[in-house]
Amino acid sequence: MGSAMVAPDLGPLWLTAQLAGMTTLLLLLLGTPLAWWLAQTRARIKPVVEAVTALPLVLPPTVLGFYMLVLFSPTAALGGLWLKVTGTTLTFSFVGLVVASVLYSLPFMVQPLQSAFEAVGRGPLEAAASLRAGPLDAFFSVASPLALRGYLTAVVLTFAHTVGEFGVVLMVGGNIPGQTRVVSIQIYEHVETIDYAAAHTLAAILLVFSFVVLLAVYVLNRRFPIHAGVR
Amino acid sequence: MTALSVDIRVDFPGFALEVVHGFEGQGLTALFGPSGCGKSTLLRVIAGFETSARGRLAYGDEVWLNGRRGLAPHRRGVGYVFQDTRLFPHLSVRGNLDYADKRAADLPARYGFDDVVDALDLGPLFGRGATTLSGGERQRVAMGRALLSRPRLLLMDEPLAALDTRRKGEILPYIARLPGVFGVPVIYVTHAIEEVTQLADRIVALEAGRVVAAGGVAETLERLDLAGVQGRFEAGAVLAGHVVAQDSDMHLTRVDLGGGLALEVPEIRLPVGEAVRLRVRARDVALALARPAGVSIRNMLEAEVLRVEVEAETAYAEVLLALGGQHLRARVTRAALRDLEVVPGQKLVAMIKAAAFDRQALPRG
Repeated sequence: MGSAMVAPDLGPLWLTAQLAGMTTLLLLLLGTPLAWWLAQTRARIKPVVEAVTALPLVLPPTVLGFYMLVLFSPTAALGGLWLKVTGTTLTFSFVGLVVASVLYSLPFMVQPLQSAFEAVGRGPLEAAASLRAGPLDAFFSVASPLALRGYLTAVVLTFAHTVGEFGVVLMVGGNIPGQTRVVSIQIYEHVETIDYAAAHTLAAILLVFSFVVLLAVYVLNRRFPIHAGVR
Repeated sequence: MTALSVDIRVDFPGFALEVVHGFEGQGLTALFGPSGCGKSTLLRVIAGFETSARGRLAYGDEVWLNGRRGLAPHRRGVGYVFQDTRLFPHLSVRGNLDYADKRAADLPARYGFDDVVDALDLGPLFGRGATTLSGGERQRVAMGRALLSRPRLLLMDEPLAALDTRRKGEILPYIARLPGVFGVPVIYVTHAIEEVTQLADRIVALEAGRVVAAGGVAETLERLDLAGVQGRFEAGAVLAGHVVAQDSDMHLTRVDLGGGLALEVPEIRLPVGEAVRLRVRARDVALALARPAGVSIRNMLEAEVLRVEVEAETAYAEVLLALGGQHLRARVTRAALRDLEVVPGQKLVAMIKAAAFDRQALPRG
C-alpha cells in the first residue's frame, strides 16, 4: 500500500460539514447580538467580556476541551441536567461537539462582526433614528447591510475554523464513527494505523478547502460592492 | 408661540452647554454662533442623540427629556439634516427617500412624496447611488429624505458648510422655501451671517455654551456687536424691503425700504413686488453731513443718528442710524466723527456702495 491517494471516506467529511454548518448557524444567532452589544456598549465590563470571547484564540484546545469534558460529565451540574432532560450524555456525542465548537469558534464570529459594526459607527444609526426607525429596525435596515462584509468574513472563518478543529473534539467527543469522528480525527486515525494513502486524500481535501475559503474571503473583501443601489 | 421649550445642561471636560429657551413652532430659527459655542450640541440634544444631557425638553405637552431620562430619538418625530448628509450608501436615492416615506406612512401629512420630490427637483436623481452625487445633490436628497419622514420639527446642522459658494447659492433657495411650503418649523445651525440674514425669521445667538441674544433677525443682529459672536468686521444691519423696479440694461434692482427710502442694488432676480432682505455691513456705510455731488456711490439715504459707540483702544466707532422705521449701522473712524461733530439726533446722509450688498437675496414671505 503506497502513499497514493484513495477514495475518501465520506462519513467523516459529511459529519464535519454538519458540525461546521450547525456551529456557524448557532454562532450567527448568538454571536451577532454579542458583537452588536460589544460595538455599542460603554459598560465597564466590556473589556472583560472581550477577553473571555477571545480566550479560545490563545488557550490550547486541550485546555478548553478538558474543562468542557469536566463540565459535560454526567456527574457535573450541566452534564447531569442534560442527561436528565434528554436521556443522553453530552460527552462523546454530536450535540456535545456542537456546543464545544460554538465556544471554540466564538471569537471567529464575534470579532469580525464587532469590527464591522464599529466601522458602521453611530452616524448612520442616528440618521435612521431621525427617520423614525427604532433600534431593531435600524439594525436590520441599516447596520446589517452596511456590515455585510463583516458577516461574510465571520461566517466563512467560523465555518473553516470549525472544520479544522482537533484538540477540543478529541477531548470532548472522542472518536466514534458517525457521531464524533470528524475529518481531522479521521486523519489522525489513518496516520496512527499507517494508512498514509487515506490520510493523504483527506489532508489534501482539507488543504484545498482551506485555501479556497481564505481566497474567497480576501477576494470578496476587495470586490464586494458595499455601495449598492447604483444602476 | 413656543413649541419647544428647552432647559438643558450638558457637561464636557472644560465646557458646559447650558441653554434655556423657547423655540417657536413656525418659520426658521437660526442657531447662530462661532465654532465650538455648542450650537451643534444643542441640536443633538433636541434630537436625542446626546445621552449625557440633563434638564427638561418639552414639545408642546410631550416631554422629551426629564432629568436624565430622555424619549428615544426615533419617537420624537424630529427630522435631522446632517452636515455630512449621512445618506445610506447601500441604498439608491430613491431607496433613501422611500426609507423615510415608508416609516411615516401612517402619519397625517400635509404633503406627499411627489410634493417633496418636485420641490427639491429630486426626480432626475432617483436611480443614482447615494455615493455618486455631488455635494449639492447630496444635501437636496438629505433634505428631501428628512421631509419625507414627516417631521414635526426639522433640525439642520450647517447643511451648507461643506459646499463651495456657487453650490451654496444653488441650495439656499430650496432651504428658504422649506418652512413656508411644507409648514415645518426649522432650527438651523450656522456660523455664517449671510445664511442667517437670508433664511432666518429669528435668531438665537450662542456663545461659549450660553444664549447671548435671541429675537427677530434685524434687532438681534443689531444688538450683536458682540465681537465673539458676529465678529467686528462683520457687524452690520438688515434692511427689509420689496422689489419695485428692475433695470435689466444696467443689471440693477430698485428696492423700496418704506418711508420714501429706496436702494439700488446689483440685480436680484425676483419679480417686482417680492419682499427681500438685505444685509449691510457696518464697514460698507459711510457718512456725510450733506449729499455730496459727483461721487460714484449710488445709495444716499437720509438718516438720523441714534447712538454713537466708540470702541476703546481702536481707531473706530460705530454709529447706529434710524432709516425710516429701520436701523443701519456705520463703522467709521473716531477721527471722522470728531471732524463731523456727530451727535445723537443729528441728521446725516448714509452712503452705501451698491457693490457692498451680498450677492444673494431671497424672497421673504
